[in-house]
Amino acid sequence: MNEFIRGIKKGFPICLGYIPVSFTFGLIAVKMGFNPLEATIISLTNMASAGQFAGIRLIEGGAPYIELIITTFVINVRYFLMSLSLSQKVASDLPFYKRAIMAFCITDEVFALAAMEKEDVSFPFFGGLMATPIFGWTLGTCLGAVASGLLPPMLQGCFGIALYCMFIAIIIPPARTGRKVAIAVIVSALLSCIFKYVPGVNILSKSGGGGWSIIISAVVAAAICASIKELKRFRKRKATEGGVHV
Amino acid sequence: MCSFENIAIAMLIMALTTYLIRVIPIGFVRRKLENLWIKDFLYYIPFCVLSAMTFPDVLYSTTPSGATEPHFVSAAIATMAAIVLAWKNRGLVRVALVAVLVALIVELLLPIVF
Repeated sequence: MNEFIRGIKKGFPICLGYIPVSFTFGLIAVKMGFNPLEATIISLTNMASAGQFAGIRLIEGGAPYIELIITTFVINVRYFLMSLSLSQKVASDLPFYKRAIMAFCITDEVFALAAMEKEDVSFPFFGGLMATPIFGWTLGTCLGAVASGLLPPMLQGCFGIALYCMFIAIIIPPARTGRKVAIAVIVSALLSCIFKYVPGVNILSKSGGGGWSIIISAVVAAAICASIKELKRFRKRKATEGGVHV
Repeated sequence: MCSFENIAIAMLIMALTTYLIRVIPIGFVRRKLENLWIKDFLYYIPFCVLSAMTFPDVLYSTTPSGATEPHFVSAAIATMAAIVLAWKNRGLVRVALVAVLVALIVELLLPIVF
């Protein structure tokens, strides 16, 4: 129970942060022609920021189901990697149904907090961690959908930046203290910019809502950093095997 | 806009696709990974994904209605504010809300200055 409360406390700031972002989603969805109930259900059943924004654009445009599946897959495939990472941080005898419940809320922010835990992540802790963000994400969407049209247009237009600035707030602090995380973040951002601006390769950011560009940038940057660490381990091993102490 | 039935099916497809991506790894991988390279790779992935999603798209994220193009200036200034606040370890909510506020102020001031 203690772990659950600790999870709630840790997750609550995410819940607060989700409200302006999901509010924006609600606003946009209604503007596109979804009704507030549909917008709210999409949020509750997806818990995926970028994937949802892309999804409603496709549904509104009358895209075929296969395009919807592939785009959703590409944009959300990072959750696959996060889920795989999390599978290494739970007890190996944790039953399937508990894993299946945890899987529902592997979001960027919830995962980032779980990944920063020093010890294994317990089911009650993760349950607490995901409880308020789910509530906040759903509530914010509902509020945004209902309030659509009441807000001054200038303010509506500025809400789009909230999501990205939450991402910034997640990646900057660890990048400040860890040099390799900083390298990872910078390399990934640079690659993503290349895919957007350099002629010839910029088709990647134009198709599928930019999903491919994100995946390739992230995988390459993470692979570079993991390889740097591997190289350092290799050198260290060689130094100790040689019996030379530097 | 398609009929209600189509929207319902599309919503179901979206939710299922998203959930399957999430449940397969954690549901079925029980072995602890031994390979240190893969472990490091998985450690860096979330930071990299968020970074690639944010840059450069954040610069195109403010589009006041009425405008046809995103407003680069307000987004750039708000992004800088967000980076400074994040550097000072302010929480998620404060960083996000201050950025929205900064973007709004810039949007209100720009027509006056120019």
